[in-house]
Amino acid sequence: MIPDARGYFGDYGGQFVPETLMPVLDELTEAYTKAKDDKDFWRQFETLSRDFSGRPTPLYFARGLTQHGGGARIFLKREDLAHTGAHKINNALGQGLLAKKMGKRRIIAETGAGQHGVATAAVCAMLGLDCIVYMGEEDVRRQSLNVFRMRLMGAEVRPVSSGSRTLKDAINEAIRDWVTNPDTYYLLGSVVGPAPYPAMVRDFQSVIGREAKEQILAQEKRLPDYIVACVGGGSNAIGIFYPFLDDKDVKLVGVEAAGRGIESGQHAAPLMAGTVGVLHGTKSYILQDDSGQIRETHSVSAGLDYPGVGPEHSYLKDSRRAQYVAVTDDQALESFQLLCQTEGIVPALESAHAIYHAAQMAKSLDKEQIIIINLSGRGDKDMDIVAKELGVEL
Amino acid sequence: MSRIASVFSQSGRKALIPYITVGYPTIEATLKVVPLLAQNGADIVELGIPFSDPLADGVTIQRSSFHALKNGVSPQLCLDVAKKLREKVDIPLVFMTYYNPVFHYGLEPFCSACVGAGIDGLIIPDLPPQEGGSLEAIARKKDIDLIYLLAPTSTEERIKLVAERSRGFIYLVSVTGVTGARDRLPADWEVFVSRVKELVSQPLCVGFGISTPSQAKRVARLADGVIVGSRIIQLMESGDIQPVGEFIKGLREALD
Ligand SMILES: Cc1ncc(COP(=O)(O)O)c(C=O)c1O
Repeated sequence: MIPDARGYFGDYGGQFVPETLMPVLDELTEAYTKAKDDKDFWRQFETLSRDFSGRPTPLYFARGLTQHGGGARIFLKREDLAHTGAHKINNALGQGLLAKKMGKRRIIAETGAGQHGVATAAVCAMLGLDCIVYMGEEDVRRQSLNVFRMRLMGAEVRPVSSGSRTLKDAINEAIRDWVTNPDTYYLLGSVVGPAPYPAMVRDFQSVIGREAKEQILAQEKRLPDYIVACVGGGSNAIGIFYPFLDDKDVKLVGVEAAGRGIESGQHAAPLMAGTVGVLHGTKSYILQDDSGQIRETHSVSAGLDYPGVGPEHSYLKDSRRAQYVAVTDDQALESFQLLCQTEGIVPALESAHAIYHAAQMAKSLDKEQIIIINLSGRGDKDMDIVAKELGVEL
Repeated sequence: MSRIASVFSQSGRKALIPYITVGYPTIEATLKVVPLLAQNGADIVELGIPFSDPLADGVTIQRSSFHALKNGVSPQLCLDVAKKLREKVDIPLVFMTYYNPVFHYGLEPFCSACVGAGIDGLIIPDLPPQEGGSLEAIARKKDIDLIYLLAPTSTEERIKLVAERSRGFIYLVSVTGVTGARDRLPADWEVFVSRVKELVSQPLCVGFGISTPSQAKRVARLADGVIVGSRIIQLMESGDIQPVGEFIKGLREALD
């Protein structure tokens, strides 16, 4: 079984946390195991996914993007249309309901791009829970619109000034809060961290892949040849990959952030250029230096700017069930504009990484082939960054 | 008997265990302060190998770690420093660090290097017994004590697990929280220490938040030793180590 009873996906995963949190993780594991078999819990999740989050999200044939490439037919799984603008709402809703079931009142979360923070703030407002979001100072600056959205929904945003002041440091600070307040529920935003998070977040996100499968079978009467998704921590990618893992003819491609180029060292691509290590409670590929210190990362997209990756992706990489590539800042910006122009859809910068790779790939494939891109989020939050990168003053 | 175990075999004496971050504020300061700690009554010294993401540490040790890393401190350099210190002091030296630097060095090479440097034990706060099996097996073969931690949230089952697996002593984290000097001891520390005491026979040392002689004295009435970290780091900030000597002397007197 994947993961095994100790939370391992092959060699990856586990629970590398301070003793204070071990009993807390045991409690969470037990609560989630129970909820997993609880029909009422899932009925509630499905009802709110429909009425609150707006699911199912469409699977959309991208005619313009397909014509532009002149090869494989490209479909977009429209997570950008989900409530709050990204796939992050699926996990926030699932864990929010679990927290409520466990009788928790105080919720903490970390956020990079702000999308997970916004999703958590929305779910907490809806469920009547207190919400505190840790966010690196650098990300507070570059995703200021999302900071405002979180505050409007009643969340307290705490800027984090340690380390690189990005997602990694926000997670450190959230864990420190959790160690200090073990009664608090930590609503982690991706398939990273100690067990049971990687499997639990995957389970909540696999609604994406289940829908996509049903939709492509209904629309095209067959499975896709490729599924392409961006990988930060890896939750939108696992979410769409997971229901296709046993469909061996469906090729799975994860796209990491190559930043200013893998050779430059300024990137966020642990699967492409990292080594095995332990970060934030889990064993996986990470970016580290010669003495085992975590390296600083760079990506134009805050949501991909993280030196680790979910343990299940490390497992899928080693077992070759999925393939991983990386796309630079410039390439992502190029395809960001391409999607705006060919489809009238403004993607998140994170998702733009997946679009670039899929669009390149499509060119060399024949017209019978099908690619599904997980369009993990919309780009409203990225207007400031894109304008700046394009030299436009707003 | 391991060097650490013999510390606790002296009847009546409570162990005083200061923590310092290697290379904070400088390597020279580390080389000088450890002998000073030993002279003034420390029984064991914890040498912190800095890690970039110290998630069990409060602001003081976050800052000293960051500073030490900027000074170029690496696990290898810490091993070299330990070797030099071993020539100057006889008391047990214990490394305190996070799992990734050890894992990256390689478990077997790291333990061998520890033996070469005269290191007696390891404390790794993000390595609970469930994940510690591999390191434990190697450390045991090389007579290095792997010291596990317990916290106020630990259940009876976990207390028994740690008791079975920890070597040297058991590190009791006095608070649900991160490291850092505090004005007051946490309200329920006595309940916690007593609870553990009832279940285990190993030496118990209490750390996190102990920062004055009177706090140390109160804790030592129940525990076998006290661990003092952040307060010492604060005193070392200036680079002048004399105040640290005085502080340790004060703690020693309070314990005796
Ligand atoms: C739109 C969007 N896509 C992708 C990501 C990356 O996260 P993950 O890899 O967990 O899907 C984020 C994270 O903030 C995001 O906001």
